[in-house]
Amino acid sequence: MSGKEYRTITDVKGPLVFLNKTEPVSYGEIVQLMLSDGSIKNGQVLDTSDDQVIVQVFEGTASVDRQTGVKFLGDVFKLPVSKGLIGRILDGAGRPRDGGPDIVADEMADIIGAAINPYSRQSPESFIQTGISAIDACTSLVRGQKLPIFSASGLPHNDIALQIARQAKLVGSDDDFVVVFCAMGITAEEYNFFVHDLERTGALENSALFVNLADDPAVERLITPRLALTAAEYLAFEHDYHVLVIYTDMTNYCESLRQIGAAREEVPGRRGYPGYMYTDLAMLYERAGLVKGKKGSITQFPILTMPGDDITHPIPDLSGYITEGQIVISRELHQKGIYPPINVLPSLSRLMNAGIGDGKTREDHKSVSDQLYAAYAQGRELRGLVAIVGEDALNERDLQLLKFADIFEDQFLRQSRDEDRSISEGTLDLAWNLLSNIDTKYLVRLDQKWIDKYHPTEKSSNEEE
Amino acid sequence: MSKENGVIYRISGPVVTAVGISPRMYEVVRVGDEGLMGEVIELHGDQSVIQVYEETSGIKPGEPVIRTGQTLSVQLGPGLLTQIYDGIQRPLPKLEETMGVFITRGVDADGLDLERKWEFNAVAKKGDEVSSGQVIGKVQETETIEHRVMVPPNVSGKVKSIKSGTFNITETVCVLDDGTEIAMMQEWPVRHPRPFVQKYAPDVPLITGQRILDFLFPLAKGGTAGIPGPFGSGKTVTQQQLAKWSDAQIVVYIGCGERGNEMTEVLDEFPHLIDPNTNKPLMNRTVMIANTSNMPVAAREASVYTGITIAEYFRDMGYNVALMADSTSRWAEAMREISSRLEEMPGEEGYPAYLSSRLAEFYERAGRVETLSGSDGSVSVIGAVSPPGGDISEPVSQGTLRIVKVFWGLDAGLARQRHFPAINWLNSYSLYPQALDQWYRDNIAPDFPEVRTEISTLLQIESELQEIVQLVGSDALPVDQQLTLEVARMIREFFLQQNAFHDVDTFSDLDLQYHMAKAILSFQEEAKKAIAGGAQLEDVVNVPARTDLMRGRFEKGYEDRISDLVSEMNKQIDASMEAN
Repeated sequence: MSGKEYRTITDVKGPLVFLNKTEPVSYGEIVQLMLSDGSIKNGQVLDTSDDQVIVQVFEGTASVDRQTGVKFLGDVFKLPVSKGLIGRILDGAGRPRDGGPDIVADEMADIIGAAINPYSRQSPESFIQTGISAIDACTSLVRGQKLPIFSASGLPHNDIALQIARQAKLVGSDDDFVVVFCAMGITAEEYNFFVHDLERTGALENSALFVNLADDPAVERLITPRLALTAAEYLAFEHDYHVLVIYTDMTNYCESLRQIGAAREEVPGRRGYPGYMYTDLAMLYERAGLVKGKKGSITQFPILTMPGDDITHPIPDLSGYITEGQIVISRELHQKGIYPPINVLPSLSRLMNAGIGDGKTREDHKSVSDQLYAAYAQGRELRGLVAIVGEDALNERDLQLLKFADIFEDQFLRQSRDEDRSISEGTLDLAWNLLSNIDTKYLVRLDQKWIDKYHPTEKSSNEEE
Repeated sequence: MSKENGVIYRISGPVVTAVGISPRMYEVVRVGDEGLMGEVIELHGDQSVIQVYEETSGIKPGEPVIRTGQTLSVQLGPGLLTQIYDGIQRPLPKLEETMGVFITRGVDADGLDLERKWEFNAVAKKGDEVSSGQVIGKVQETETIEHRVMVPPNVSGKVKSIKSGTFNITETVCVLDDGTEIAMMQEWPVRHPRPFVQKYAPDVPLITGQRILDFLFPLAKGGTAGIPGPFGSGKTVTQQQLAKWSDAQIVVYIGCGERGNEMTEVLDEFPHLIDPNTNKPLMNRTVMIANTSNMPVAAREASVYTGITIAEYFRDMGYNVALMADSTSRWAEAMREISSRLEEMPGEEGYPAYLSSRLAEFYERAGRVETLSGSDGSVSVIGAVSPPGGDISEPVSQGTLRIVKVFWGLDAGLARQRHFPAINWLNSYSLYPQALDQWYRDNIAPDFPEVRTEISTLLQIESELQEIVQLVGSDALPVDQQLTLEVARMIREFFLQQNAFHDVDTFSDLDLQYHMAKAILSFQEEAKKAIAGGAQLEDVVNVPARTDLMRGRFEKGYEDRISDLVSEMNKQIDASMEAN
């Protein structure tokens, strides 16, 4: 059957081709379109019945006509996978982009990916040190987590992602990460930035890149992350690698999803995005984790830009319901010239508690993190009050908290792009130093025993109340 | 049942259209060469529309569709407890055995272990008249739970023979005069509520050990509650706390369209948790259903029905059952997704027009009832809702709020300040206190309802004062109002905040809750007196014994020490008056 070529296209609409056909075609099957100029386009079956088949064409439908030949290849979309993927740059449909040879497949892997049995998962609990204080102290990342960066246009999310990719390591282990990088609709300039940086630091030979740029077909973006994750799963669960998947920009992916939905005249959900966007995103994000009996792991860093800085927009909103927390980049901090401009208050890591504490990071980590949050949150709130009533109206405690918010931003959040702070001496000790600007009696979230042990000025005195 | 065969006509995602069969609505069919499980959800001329519970890629038109004659049912009997299922009652450990760590398709698995032998003790005797729902024998299913084997629905008659002994769940243990054979296992279609005699008004609280819930916004046994909240506000932790600590005898936990890692955490943690009421592992009383967000969407739709049917089955044995569904929004989205594939005319935000009636039908299966055998059982339902952007004006939240009697409103602002549980005390409500007050007076303290009123009034006053403070600062307020703010802060930090991850603080019984509330009121009273007698507010607030009282809640044996701590605090407050 796979040899047969049909010339029965009836309608072409946006990225979709409708055709009548004579033999049964399976759902999800891949399709080749032979254009009259000899070029070939690829597609996938979205809907199939005895009367009509709908095909989504990855490269767009430009110059498709009724005479275009359509061939059904009798199989669902598969990616050739092998260890040879590491160090390669592929395009958004999985073809070499670096001028190198085709991937020699050890295996053809179905790109849809099956769901991991929740019973077979292993709880993620190994702390990953990123060297960025805001993340390590307040939204600690663990291996197997999916932690998106919620950013917006004009903010340095790419720098942060790269810094994480460069610096991420497990404390007390030499296991390195393999980076799978997936670009969806980013500009050539951004892409070059990523590649140059990976090259500069020598990380490129430890990475696999799947690249769909802004001028590549939009529909292809729907399969690019699936290819990347299929590669990641293969490397993690067949070859024991710890894989860090960075994908950017999820917003472009969702736009493509909406485009297909609109072309199919589907009933839209919020803001025109399809009603199944939650499930669709979940099928990407949930491909992170650890499974019993396998050494490897998949950790995901999706980057998405929030349209209009709006965290309630469907894309960040649905993502936030699936991912295990989020790192929120703040325009306000960025404009103050602080890098990395991470606003720790709306940021969250749901798996943090499992990955920190005695034997993992340090025994006082949780208390310190809670105290930083509380003090910084109150300090920021007081800024609003000061704007109305002036500093004179504040009592001593409030003044200290107000000052703390400033030094927290200036010394704790701010670090340079290649500064790699260790969790204990670099990040937590710094936190104690900054917290010592606040009178101990206001530090209610800190256990007395940690104050006795770690407080820079109180620890020696060791007084009992 | 005739095994008519049809063929697939069309496939669009999880929705498959078949021709050549005329099944009944909601009949289960087998789809394609691999025999994937599906359910008929629409009949349209000679076409039958089927939602398929497994991934459909690679399936072709022309493949067979086979009727089973059955509607989607669950197997009920010994072996349910401690088990973990997917949305259509396939045991996940069994699936791991047969297909490894990834869930592939076309694998069938019985919900219950049909081989395992159980010790059956007959309680009915030869010659007894029995009818459906009546308990005829008992099985010690887990250390703590005795499984009561009931006469299946629509069966009655005189017992001809019944035997105690060791049987598997499909062996006949009892024969009636008319020849009907009864085994320990029965089946029930999930979309139909199980029968009962009558519903009672709920008048006993479901005690959860969570102070803000039990004390301010209580849920009754057999009641319904909704927990809406944006992501990151602690819905899942709250649900898990309820699953851990609520004083129901059976807990059914449905992870519906949620995170895989989070389900794993529950699965890892529950077997190690000890039930404070029985000192046995909590898992002994728990049934879990896990259909994570990337598992097939149709099975997600079915998962809440699977869960509530199991809950009703235990209710019929006379147990108090608590069911947690996390999250009902994902269930509603599954309905939306299927509905859009059916090209139905949508209601609000693309949800099907029948959304609110489905929600209502589901919550209506809760309740405290007189069972068919005349005993008293209940199903309490606690549904998490995940409103987009935290905005509860959306259809699922609104549909839920119209039905449930308790609203625990989670608040992103509180979560951001690390105030947990992040339940907003100003907009949450419970409609049960009136029905429950008599119970509190009889079982905890005669003035319990009055103490609750005082506490919530203080919080209300605080929110009004805060508006002024925002403008002029707290120093500008008269001293009595400053004291009120301090007392309210004590309520928030000492009473409402509760650390779910702390061994001791994670659970407070009602007696302790009452004493903690009284301690706050006692502080207020003493402080007022002291200030009237010339003491400084700051001295009164900063007496060391108050800090001891507040910190003490993290230590074991607090319930025995609290009254001493209160008198010590009062003494020191008195002293601060004399110092001036």
